Amino acid sequence: MSALLEVRELSVEYPSARGVVKAVDRISFTIGRGEIFGLAGESGCGKSTTAFGICRLLRPPARLAGGSVRLDGVELTALPEDEFDKLRWAKLSIVLQSAMNNLNPVMTIRKQLTDAILAHEPDAASAADARAAELMKLVDLPADRLNSYPHELSGGMRQRVVIAMAMALKPSLVIMDEPTTALDVVVQHGIIRKMMELQRRFGFSILFITHDLPLMLQMCDRIGIMYAGKLVETAPASRILKEPKHPYTQGLLDSFPALSGEKRRLTGIPGHPPDLIRPPAGCRFQPRCRRAMPPCLSVEPALLPDRDGLGKVACHLYGEEEGAREQASAASE
Amino acid sequence: MSKPLLQANELNKTFGSRGLFRKTSFQAVRDVSFTLEQGEVLAIVGESGSGKSTIARMLTHLLPPTAGNVSYNGESLRDNKALRRSLPTFVQMIFQDPFAALNPHHTIGYIVGRPLQVQKRRKGDPRPRVLELLTKVGLTPAEDFIDKYPYQLSGGQKQRVVIAKVLGLSPSVIVADEPTSMLDVSIGVDIMNLLLDLRERERLSLILITHNLGSARYMADRILVMYAGQIVESGPSEELIREPRHPYTRLLLQSSPDPWREEADAMEAIEPTGPPPQTGCSFRLRCPFASDRCAAESPALKEPETGRFVRCHLFE
Repeated sequence: MSALLEVRELSVEYPSARGVVKAVDRISFTIGRGEIFGLAGESGCGKSTTAFGICRLLRPPARLAGGSVRLDGVELTALPEDEFDKLRWAKLSIVLQSAMNNLNPVMTIRKQLTDAILAHEPDAASAADARAAELMKLVDLPADRLNSYPHELSGGMRQRVVIAMAMALKPSLVIMDEPTTALDVVVQHGIIRKMMELQRRFGFSILFITHDLPLMLQMCDRIGIMYAGKLVETAPASRILKEPKHPYTQGLLDSFPALSGEKRRLTGIPGHPPDLIRPPAGCRFQPRCRRAMPPCLSVEPALLPDRDGLGKVACHLYGEEEGAREQASAASE
Repeated sequence: MSKPLLQANELNKTFGSRGLFRKTSFQAVRDVSFTLEQGEVLAIVGESGSGKSTIARMLTHLLPPTAGNVSYNGESLRDNKALRRSLPTFVQMIFQDPFAALNPHHTIGYIVGRPLQVQKRRKGDPRPRVLELLTKVGLTPAEDFIDKYPYQLSGGQKQRVVIAKVLGLSPSVIVADEPTSMLDVSIGVDIMNLLLDLRERERLSLILITHNLGSARYMADRILVMYAGQIVESGPSEELIREPRHPYTRLLLQSSPDPWREEADAMEAIEPTGPPPQTGCSFRLRCPFASDRCAAESPALKEPETGRFVRCHLFE
């Protein structure tokens, strides 16, 4: 699977009165073609900031402090603004949490859908209307809703319109930042199912961002876990579910009450996330980690491939394991 | 058997608004009855607009019911003015947003101590009792917290302050309206565990209002599922989660993400298209099992098995 999106050493920071906040600190990951990649973590871990950094939606004073983002081989961070505008909607689109704020309240749905199409294909004027109707059908909305204003639709319907809009120009990457968080579970379930169906049909890649790890485990191919601006673990969803490696991933999984299986006491994670202006030395999770060891206090663990190469983890518990393995292989040679 | 600690009897709430040309009304809660026993945790689950928060507000008399009644230890809230006045010492409420629940101008010590002075009219320094309360909710060392202001605390710590404040009057019942939904999940678990521990230590009864079936199962002995202002199903949590009866409960359960669950056969649900119908079963437009009878006749809340109540023509 060749990578569609390659994020290398991406950093985002913003100045504050007390100093520079490193909201995202040198994170790297790739998303394959047709892959659904999830970024999970708690509020303030930098998952949304990463998404905004990728599609250049950072609001000043937040700024890209380094790193590279390549989409289909094109370096996005160096692209001039007007070149980047051509890629928006056409190559990558974004669906945000609050659909009410993503739709213009004084424009009909029809106007907003055709607007997105016409901005990129000014000649399509005659066909735009038909395409808008087609898009509505795609997300199971009746075509007569095209004449509605956003306030006339329910939250779930509005989010479907935003998804239709994101599909309008058949992008290769759709970024979804908490697309269903504000919705009731039944409505969420319907929208996620629809999204998965469209994904299978058109084969685009998804960068899916949420704090709802159980939901992510059900729908993503691969998952990255973020903590305090760092990527601490990436692995296939099934691996994260069965065999989470990083103690933070383990703690996070142990914070969601399950609906099946034996009922047991959850432990959660004691303490609270660190101050990103002065993050703790060594591993950022170490003050909350039950398994912290002396090296965790001083040496920052790197994100290294684990033994079978399926995932990567940034934790000294496995660093030693890796080291031992290298020694063993050196000895056998 | 003695009187239940709390009894809700045929609670109804209609919100009306007088427009320029016409009067509109919305029935948020319809004929809701339930009891809460000493030491029990009851979860009220439903989607937004199902009336669960309105029930919480009626229990704490923040909203008077349009019809029906709440009684504590057999004493009716409607008829007993003295009970209404001393209600805060019986029942206390925890709100969703700890950021909004604490006055930013006051110290934690003042916030937690104030109800003690108001309700018990306690003379003298409430400080020792405040320190004791802060310790109880795990804000230790309490001396470090008592003189802080809310902005100096994290979300989880703020919710602990709210709980400390609520415990001050030693209530028998705490009504918690989505106490963890504004918090990060790992912090939310801490708060849920704290409430469960307090139930043991302080012999509290708890009503948990939530949209999350997972939290309801984790916390509660019994679950009550609301749809469109009515109770559609209730029963012991484990049984209700394992074998949901009402089509809405089944839909809710199946829509809740749970990667640990083995894939069950999916129920084809119909998306909500408008407000629930006023006649017949309120769920019928979304129900794959709906028949003519569901349109003609509203189902009553029946008890097909002991302790399991279902409002559906399928279970009679």
